[in-house]
Amino acid sequence: MSGWNKGDLLDLKDLTRKDIETILETAKSFKEVSTRDVKKVPALRGKTVVMLFSEPSTRTRVSFELAAKRLSADTLNVSVSASSLSKGESILDMAKNIEAMHVDMIVVRHKSSGVPKVLADALTPGIINAGDGCRAHPTQALLDMFTIKEKIGKIEGLKVAIIGDILHSRVARSNICGLTKMGAKVTLCGPSTLIPAGVEDQGVKVTHNLDDVLKDSDVLMCLRLQKERQQEKYLPSVREYVKHFGLNKEKLKMAKKDVVIMHPGPVNRGIELSAEVADGENSVILEQVTNGVAVRMAVLYLLLGKKEK
Amino acid sequence: MVILIKNANIVSAKGISKEPQDILIEKGVIKEISSKIPCGDYKVIDAKDKLVLPGLIDLHCHLREPGQEHKETLETGSKSAAKGGFTTIFCMPNTKPPIDSAKIVEGILKEAKRVGLVNIIPVGAVTKGQKGQELTDIFELKEAGCLAISDDGKSVSNSQLMRHALEYAKMADILLMEHCEDPTFSHGVMNEGACSTLLGLKGIPDISESIIVGRDIELAKYLQTRIHFSHISSARSVDLIRGAKAQGIGVTAEACPHHFSLTEKSVESFDTNTKVHPPLKTQADVDAIKQGLKDGTIDCITTDHAPHTSEEKELEFDRAPVGMIGFETAFGLAVSELVETKTLTWGKLVERMAITPAKISGLASKGEIAQDKDADIIVVDPNKEWIFEKDQIVSKSKNSPFIGRTLKGLVETTICAGKIVYQVK
Repeated sequence: MSGWNKGDLLDLKDLTRKDIETILETAKSFKEVSTRDVKKVPALRGKTVVMLFSEPSTRTRVSFELAAKRLSADTLNVSVSASSLSKGESILDMAKNIEAMHVDMIVVRHKSSGVPKVLADALTPGIINAGDGCRAHPTQALLDMFTIKEKIGKIEGLKVAIIGDILHSRVARSNICGLTKMGAKVTLCGPSTLIPAGVEDQGVKVTHNLDDVLKDSDVLMCLRLQKERQQEKYLPSVREYVKHFGLNKEKLKMAKKDVVIMHPGPVNRGIELSAEVADGENSVILEQVTNGVAVRMAVLYLLLGKKEK
Repeated sequence: MVILIKNANIVSAKGISKEPQDILIEKGVIKEISSKIPCGDYKVIDAKDKLVLPGLIDLHCHLREPGQEHKETLETGSKSAAKGGFTTIFCMPNTKPPIDSAKIVEGILKEAKRVGLVNIIPVGAVTKGQKGQELTDIFELKEAGCLAISDDGKSVSNSQLMRHALEYAKMADILLMEHCEDPTFSHGVMNEGACSTLLGLKGIPDISESIIVGRDIELAKYLQTRIHFSHISSARSVDLIRGAKAQGIGVTAEACPHHFSLTEKSVESFDTNTKVHPPLKTQADVDAIKQGLKDGTIDCITTDHAPHTSEEKELEFDRAPVGMIGFETAFGLAVSELVETKTLTWGKLVERMAITPAKISGLASKGEIAQDKDADIIVVDPNKEWIFEKDQIVSKSKNSPFIGRTLKGLVETTICAGKIVYQVK
């Protein structure tokens, strides 16, 4: 099992560069499974994977569910908001009840930062963080890195720009952590109101001018802008945001010809990306989705292959 | 009961007494202090090798009664305070209903008398219902027994209303304690900075505190009056207060043990017991608080004892209530973090925890060990190392981030109004 010894995946900061490489290598071999006629291997037969989601999410949940199913694990979806939190039951109680039914892995999505860590500290089954608050979304960053590596062949030394609402983005945080660990040069680009305090401490550069990153970036990773940010007074207007930070065909002319354009989805078409760019030849957005299944298969396989926590 | 404390190394502002003294306590006051008082029909406490301090005075705690007795009551809070060496505690008005009328003050004082362990002094609200709209009847609150007013839990954010509150407090000669927090920054759950960014938790910038400190200094100067700043936590606030004092403006300030013992890094555990207002800050802020305590910019140490049940605290970090209990760790933390590090001498520690709080709040008969003063006295073992264990907590709530921590300095006996209200087992 490549010497894998971790039972949880909470945050990329807990992984070494070697760990990340192991996951990406493992994902490579699993990617092929999804292209077969019979899309199933028996690797996790008899294992139970629970998706505990307290936030609406379609693609991440579906991606994890497919990943688990293609490894022959039994899967179960628990949508917390719909069931017990409204009755005053804590998320920990809920997770303890699931634990009591002898499950092997809990995939957690929660709107509050830190919940997967609290569950991992308290419970026996493995915990995979499928996104907590603004903190971390490790499998998204892993699938992004997998896609970059697949497209360009390496991560080390690449110039990656992450553009948009960094402040509220767990995807940005996990990518900052993962990409810098893998040797990429990361620049954040967004309005100063949406750049979190002290983020430079994580070894990234910050700019408020899109032109600065357009010219020489190898990867442009655009983030979803929630329209609510205008009401929350982070922005004067969405219109102005689009003008300064939205990526369209015209602005793309400044970029490298083979620049890779990524987005964690769902795209706010016409805001952070124009439809032409989102669907254009530099965009790898759907490949990211495809790779998401392979990467999550790798994560489930490695973590469940590790017997003890 | 007549109590004789033998061989007492008494700590005053000047330090530890050169020669051990005997202290005779009768009818709630200190009757005599001399080098040798013959034993009689007294309860004798031998304080050899211990230190004898004036009972600690906490200008800032939450006792939750009336209205939230599941968290703490005047009785359980008193027991916890007594164990921590506190003989006088000021309870904040954010009860349910808030302490905003004479009737509620009287109710608290009546129950405090029935409990009869430590002196409980209610702090009245500045505004009715603590809603920040209309002033309370400040004269009436004072007559009923409040020695201070505060809208603790939030600041009086309307500057005009705050001006009138200060003018009234000046007329009534009552202390106004301000909880410094600009409410427009209050959507966060921890200190804003590299740490909150890493943890993905919403931050509160430290200027949320210093903006109100700055405004209130201006008000105090303009109105030629005094103001007291509660639980100061940031380096910038310390600087502003130091500057104001240098100009002779009538400001005083307090700091809490968690703000000189913990940094924001403790939040990395996502332990909701580290969630507190004002939020834990950086090492530079901790250093500034210590320096402020050392040079007197910060006048006193308070606990901000804020009990919450484990059910309430066992929530997601951003949904959990703010606050931690503090009575039972305050002295040990002060000794461990301030005396042991040579930040404060024993004399200064007693100033910060008894003498100055008594002065600020106008308790003339408290805060020092001298003849005819109230017999509020504690006997402590300055060298005893002990572990703060959850199952030893006397408070009704156990929400402390210090559980498991080794502390130096243990309160062994607490005497309040001439009565032994706590004795270590």
